[in-house]
Amino acid sequence: MTELVGAEVVIKALNDQSVDHVFGYPGGAVLPLYDELFKNNNAPQHILVRHEQGAVHAAEGYARSTGKPGVVIVTSGPGATNAITGLTDAMMDSVPIVCLTGQVPTHLIGTDAFQEADTIGITRACTKHNWLVKDPNDLARAIHEAFHVATSGRPGPVVVDIPKDIQFADAKYVPPAELKYENYKPQVKPNIANIEEAIELMGNAKRPVFYTGGGVINSGPEASHLLKELVLLTGFPVTSTLMGLGAFPSSDKNWLGMLGMHGTYEANLAMNECDLLINVGARFDDRVTGRLEAFSPLSKKIHVDIDPSSINKTVPVDVPIVADCAYALESMLMLWKSKGHKVDTKDWFDKINEWRKKNSLDFKNSTKLIKPQFAVQRLYELTKDKDVFITTEVGQHQMWAAQHYHFNEPNRWMTSGGLGTMGYGFPAAIGVQVAHPKSLVIDIAGEASILMNIQELSTAIQHKLPVKIFILNNQYMGMVRQWQELLHGGRYSHSYTHSLPDFVKLAEAYGAQGIRAEKPGELDKKIIQMIDSDLPVIFDCVVDQNENCYPMIPAGAAHNEMLLGEKEDDHEVSDEGKVLI
Amino acid sequence: MIKIKKEETESHTISILVDNEAGALARVIGLFSGRGYNIESLSVAEIDQDKHKSRITIVTNGSMMTINKIKSQLERLIPVHSVNDLTSEGPSIEREMALIKVVCSKSDKEEVIRLSEVYRAKTVDTTQDSFIFELTGNIEKINSFVDLLRPLGLEDISRTGLAAVTRGSK
Repeated sequence: MTELVGAEVVIKALNDQSVDHVFGYPGGAVLPLYDELFKNNNAPQHILVRHEQGAVHAAEGYARSTGKPGVVIVTSGPGATNAITGLTDAMMDSVPIVCLTGQVPTHLIGTDAFQEADTIGITRACTKHNWLVKDPNDLARAIHEAFHVATSGRPGPVVVDIPKDIQFADAKYVPPAELKYENYKPQVKPNIANIEEAIELMGNAKRPVFYTGGGVINSGPEASHLLKELVLLTGFPVTSTLMGLGAFPSSDKNWLGMLGMHGTYEANLAMNECDLLINVGARFDDRVTGRLEAFSPLSKKIHVDIDPSSINKTVPVDVPIVADCAYALESMLMLWKSKGHKVDTKDWFDKINEWRKKNSLDFKNSTKLIKPQFAVQRLYELTKDKDVFITTEVGQHQMWAAQHYHFNEPNRWMTSGGLGTMGYGFPAAIGVQVAHPKSLVIDIAGEASILMNIQELSTAIQHKLPVKIFILNNQYMGMVRQWQELLHGGRYSHSYTHSLPDFVKLAEAYGAQGIRAEKPGELDKKIIQMIDSDLPVIFDCVVDQNENCYPMIPAGAAHNEMLLGEKEDDHEVSDEGKVLI
Repeated sequence: MIKIKKEETESHTISILVDNEAGALARVIGLFSGRGYNIESLSVAEIDQDKHKSRITIVTNGSMMTINKIKSQLERLIPVHSVNDLTSEGPSIEREMALIKVVCSKSDKEEVIRLSEVYRAKTVDTTQDSFIFELTGNIEKINSFVDLLRPLGLEDISRTGLAAVTRGSK
């Protein structure tokens, strides 16, 4: 044990947790900590953001592209409350975040002091756990525990609230090796009886399908590798959630594309008609299941999840497997091999190939207007051979990116799936670029979303992070407009983005580069110009304003009630569907 | 018209062992309010001073699927050590204590005393025109005593919430 002051303990704890970068914003209640960041040569590199929400999203991008926890430092009161959206986003998408918040000194807590907020109370619902440190000798333990909780089991955000007097006080330092974490020991290895049951079902399946999710990516690259091997061996088709894209290579012949509300026809029909559904690290989200009563009605269901509370939450399953995906996949692989199972999937694939012929992601291209899908396709073709990371904001552009940009590796795709946070993608891209300074990092954005955290362009310039923002600019909050068209009689209430800035000039005002493309013919040349730039770039891609995102399972409908495109006039949505989001 | 669906519910007693630390109760209660579960009764007290453990007993209602969800959600909380659904796990002893004040006219006095004897309530305070009864029993027993006293001058009630343990050697 070493005697230090609280602020020194924080830095030492971060060192012992191998933290290289922190994202943050200073303020009154964290001044001792910032003083330590200034003085201490061992302090992690600090990335100054322009809004605390940006700090958390940047840490999320950092975490999801590296598998390491993202670390955030913000001040008390408004610093902490501004971080809430990011923490909730990380909670929903299971991203490991350690957020250190300043707090007013202990003797002022509860007095409505300047910049006081009940951070612990406010963040209780949007963190996996949180700690208020009232004794300086508890500080080291709290921080180490915070890292342990954030990164083990189902990952998630945690908050350590540190009053200012604690940062100044003498404090004992305890290294992580001396601590035992009795309270939190999640189950990571599967129960073998469950694996046996699962393999038995798999060996006898006629129409099986793997439905994989973000859990495979959170489990680490080994899990993706094992998934590939299991698919190769079984010959089963694979679909994935939005969060799981990249865990299985999209170039593989067994890949069905993404499933769910804007997933492919073949993926959703396979879910509807399969006789065995093998869920690995996904959580039967409502975007995926559609109407629950009609969800995958013919199948037996296996569910691998590290979080027991995810199992039987909305969809009752036949074989629950509580485990880390990698351990579960490893056991399944071993048992499948030793049993020598062989499943003939030819008839099943014949059916799938019929569905594939629908070509559900197809769209009518134009020579006059840039179609947003075409823009994403060109971006993909021109960047796919590079070391590239993609983030997105939320809305139509996000779905087009998921449909038309393809991934063959995990950790390359960062999007806000659960919370659906507009303004996520750009700061997340900044975090990715911090972790991968030499890589190409592109935020596929909408013109409405990007304005929610545009101030972070200043961060990108300051830290020389040449992030590319590829805006599909249709001047509408496109997904809102699409729903208003389909559900509200085309009354476009407040979804037109009036008075947009000139994005080229906006980029230049920050010291970044601005590029605009308005015609399909100039797209390639300008995308290459964007890729070649050493600066952050705003690419204002002016696209068809009226394009809708298809295919689509309307709210409250079943997988086999998909709309494939504009041609269909059966846009009827049930009353029950209208109340859904 | 859009109908709001109601599901069949049943009442369950859930016993939760937690670390007695600041905010532990708030985490448990916040889970119930945040996810829209009901609390019919709640009691909490420290049961092991050396190990800083508290017992929270909650009576809630919901479908069996909801009850199981409540259980696994509670188990996710870091300060929670164990969660037992006493209603599902077999017979248990459940008791609640209530202090009941009755202010009554002379003519009702006899009936009030008679009822207290029938229910074996202890009289802990008495004046010319009032009684305070202490009654221990299961929820139904207390409810029915209170219902009978209501027309006879029931003035105030304070209840502890349910305490429960499983029967037998387990």
